[in-house]
Formats: sequence, structure tokens, C-alpha cells
Amino acid sequence: MLETTIGQPTLTAIIFFFLFVAGTLYITYWAAKRTRTTAEFYAAGRSITGFQNGLALAGDYMSAASFLGIAGLVALKGYDGLIYSVGFLVGWPIVMFLIAEQLRNLGKYTFADVVAYRLKQRQIRSAAATGALITVLLYLIAQMVGAGSLIKLMFGLPYEIAVIVVGALMIAYVLFGGMLATTWVQIIKAVLLLGGATILVFLILIKFGFNYVDLFSTVTNKYGEKMLEPGGLVKNPIDTISLGIALMFGTAGLPHILMRFYTVPDAKEARKSVFYATGFIGYFYILTFTIGFGAAALVGHEIISKIDKGGNMAAPLLAEALGGEIFLGFLAAVAFATILAVVAGLTLAGASAVSHDIYVGVIRRGKADEKQEVRAAKIATLILGVLAILLGIAFKGQNVAFMVGLAFAIAASANFPALLMSIIWKKFTTQGAIWSIYTGLALSVILIILSPTVWVDILKNPQPIFPLKSPAIVSFIAAFVVGIVVSLLTREKEAEEKFESEKIRSYIGIGAE
Amino acid sequence: MKERILNSPEFRMIVRSKNAISIILTVLELFIFFGFIILLAYGKEFLNQKIYGPITVGIPIGIGVIVLSWILTGIYVAWANKSYDEKVASVREKLGGE
Repeated sequence: MLETTIGQPTLTAIIFFFLFVAGTLYITYWAAKRTRTTAEFYAAGRSITGFQNGLALAGDYMSAASFLGIAGLVALKGYDGLIYSVGFLVGWPIVMFLIAEQLRNLGKYTFADVVAYRLKQRQIRSAAATGALITVLLYLIAQMVGAGSLIKLMFGLPYEIAVIVVGALMIAYVLFGGMLATTWVQIIKAVLLLGGATILVFLILIKFGFNYVDLFSTVTNKYGEKMLEPGGLVKNPIDTISLGIALMFGTAGLPHILMRFYTVPDAKEARKSVFYATGFIGYFYILTFTIGFGAAALVGHEIISKIDKGGNMAAPLLAEALGGEIFLGFLAAVAFATILAVVAGLTLAGASAVSHDIYVGVIRRGKADEKQEVRAAKIATLILGVLAILLGIAFKGQNVAFMVGLAFAIAASANFPALLMSIIWKKFTTQGAIWSIYTGLALSVILIILSPTVWVDILKNPQPIFPLKSPAIVSFIAAFVVGIVVSLLTREKEAEEKFESEKIRSYIGIGAE
Repeated sequence: MKERILNSPEFRMIVRSKNAISIILTVLELFIFFGFIILLAYGKEFLNQKIYGPITVGIPIGIGVIVLSWILTGIYVAWANKSYDEKVASVREKLGGE
């Protein structure tokens, strides 16, 4: 019964994989000739359209974990998988309504530009860049470890080699092609992923005569009605709300997502790109839900969990069952492309925090010419890329699932509150921002260590000290409270005056770069 | 010059309308999402009701949150592309295209 080529490097998978690598490396070569200035390296020369950026944002956001992981979760647990998808989507409207346009109008390359706009540059930049860098690193480690294990599972390639291949390609894209190459890698990946998932859903629906009732009935007949009911995920409502806060506001605080808004020419394109991105991501999650049910109906729980306990191979197994080895090979290559694109975006965001915010903003006090800054950004890319490979190998076999949750919690508690308050609140001060960022950061990290996820599951203590799995409900609120209280205690006249004139730039875009 | 724009009724209007729509839509989105979570926590019986064959109330509601979130972003873009951009253009024109 269990005949699958998953775990072996099939010829089709290798061909698709090399086509993708050759195509993206050609784009990198093409982009390298157009990547000389800082605006080109960090922001693709602001030449990306709203539609293209919408695809690229979707490409940055739809990780292999959300494709393989959520499809697997739906296949094994049913409705609970949908709850996750919803959580990952609802941050996008917040990005649109509160952040996107002002970010585009006020900033240059990083979100720290906006926080530092009317406050004391150096102190703010080191704090904001710290938040950005920690978010990126945690996310990157989780992606690298996931990449190594997934590629091993799919192609049978040794873990270390998989991590090195992913790391080397991501360094090549970012180092030579900057944001332009990274953007096009994201766009290609998004099109492949959306296309592959659409074909897979189409194949499922053919089997069921385009009748969802048939599909759902097959699954409930096999595994009971609980598959269409919320299950164990929402045991503790406070914990779910906390996770919801992390996902929703974390999305609006992810450095690699925020950075993408500088690649479009103006605020209008920025807002259009969020609309497209939300549509693509929402559509993708609805497809994933169908794929999960298709896998449960046509492959079955037994085989799915036999190959991987977490269910990560549900979608590939289904692809093989419906489209044979060729379609599996295609989908395996798509999963690989997905991983590559996400890590490339992360590396670029991390490198820009190091070079633009820390090196130029803090160390050189804003005095560096274009050439020096681009060189610094490239060195930072190389260092960060090698670090990602080393950390990916160091964390082999470790439970890193909590790192994505922690990255979202930090993004929601350290990055988002400071960014939002600097945009909307006149009396926000330098000290307020710094205290808010470090409070959000420290509380997220400390509370997650004391939480059941780390204290019990990883450190094997019998009882957690902090009862919730996600720290965001505490760290997010604390970051706002501390930011407000400290700002009220430390008035900054200059910043208040600048707030008024900032409005012209932030609302109507005059003076925006 | 800056003072004149900042104090002009048109500019104040732009700021006020943009803030109002952002706040309304944000509150709506928060209400939809956290309402969904509260429903998951306390309304299981309601969500588990069958509407058609095996399909439960929870399915269209879950999918609905995704679709509705997207529609809200669409409403914002439609508003901004039409009414907001027009007002911004007229203020920019008054400035003589600086």
C-alpha cells in the first residue's frame, strides 16, 4: 500500500529544482547589473508595482511551514488547521489600515527609519535594529532547521548539505542581486506555489465531482464528525487570544514584510500591494484547507503520520497519489523554492538592520556615502548568511517550533508598538520608544522561557512558571503601557513640533523618498 | 508655507477622514477576529451545528473571517484610491507642486 518516492531524489524533482535554481540565478545576474546604489540594494530602486509587490509580500509570508505544516494540520486535525490559517491572515488588514502608507511616506529602507524619524536617531536605531535583528534571526533559524529536515524528508539529501545549499543560494541572491533579485525570487515562488496548490485542489475536486459535501462526507465517515468541529486548539481562551495578538500584530511588525513597502514608488502602490497580498494569502489558505481534507480523504491518517508525525508530508503524498511522480517532483521543487525565497527575504531584512541602522545610523552617525553603505550591506549579508547556515546546523534535531511563535511575539511586542506610537502619537518620546522596545523584547523572551512551550516541553520541568503558551497578551500590552508612561514622564518638545510637520509627509507624501 | 498647509481646512479634513476610516476598519477587523476566537471558546455548540450534510456552521464562519478581512482591505483601497487621493492631489496642487 505504501509506495511512495518521497524521500528519494527523483529525476523530475531534480529537473524542476535545477530549472528553478537556473532561472533564479539568471535573474540574480540580471539584477546585479541594476544593483549599485543603496536605493537599489535595499529597495529595488522603488521600481516594483503594487501588484508585483503584492505577490512578493505573499511570497515572503507563505513559508513552507504554512504550506506543508497547515495542510498537514488540517489533514490530521481538521478544523483546527483552519483556525491557524485565520490567525495568520488577520494581521494584513492591520498592516493596511495602520502602517503601510505612513511607513512608505516616512521611511527610507527600514522600519527603524520611521521610529527614528523625529526622535534621537542613534538611540532609537540601536533599539529598533535590535528588535528587528532578533526577530529575523529567530525566524531564520526556524526556517533553516525546517529546510534541512524537509529537504531530507523529500529528497533524502543529508540535513547539513541541505542547509548549506539553501544558505549558499540565499546568500547569492541577496549579495549580488539585492532587493531586485529577492523580489523576483519571491514573485516566482508565489506564482509557483499558488499555481501548484490550485492544480492540486483541482485534482482533488475532480475526484469528488466538484462537490465539497462529498469530500467532507468522505472525511467525516472515516475519522468522525470532530474533523469539522473546533477541537483541542482552543482549550484556554486567554492563551488563544494571546496567540491571536502575536499573529495579528506580529505580522505588522515583521521586518522583512515592512521592508517590502519601500520597493514601491509611492503610498498608493503600497496600499494596493497589501490588498493583492491579502487576497493571494487568503486564497492560498482556503486552498490549503481543501488540500488537507483531500489528503485525509484520499491518502489517510495512517500513511500521513507514518511518514512524518507532524503531517508535513500530507500535501506531497496527496500530490503523488493524484498526479503521480511528476507532479510530486514539481511540488517538491516548489516547496524548496518556497523555503529559499523566505530565507532570502529574511537575510536582506537582517542585513539592512545591521548596515543601514547599526553601521551607518549608529556607528557612522549617518555619515556614510552610497558606496560605503552598499559595501557594508553586502558584508552584513555574507556574515548573516554564514551565521544562518551555522545556526541551522547547530540546531539540528532541536525543537525550534517555538521560535516562530517567539519571533511573532517579539515582532508584535517590540517592533509594532514603537512603530505605531511613533506614527500616531505626538507625545511619543525617545525614552518612551526605547523603554517600549526593550520591555516588549525582554518580556517576550523571558515569558516564553517560563512558559509551557519551553519550561515544560524543552527544559522538562514539571510545571510552567508562566501559564500561557504565548506571551504576547502580557508583553504587547506592557510595551504600550511602558511606552506611554515613559513618554509622559519625559517630554520632548522638539519631537512634538516635528510631529506636526511630519504630518504633511505622512499624509500627502510630500518629501517622501 | 508649512504652517499654512497644516492649518488649512482641506488638510485637516484629509487627516481627519483618513484617521476615521483607519480606526473604524481596524476596530471592525479586531471585532471580527477576536469575536471568532470568543466564539471558538464559548460557542462550540453553535459552531458544531450542521447546515448541509456534514458541513458545520464553523466552516463558513472560518472561511468568512478570511474573506471578510480581504474585503475590508478592498474597501479601504477603494475609498483611498478615489476620495483620499483626490483630496491629496488638490492640496498638492495648491502647493504649486513643490
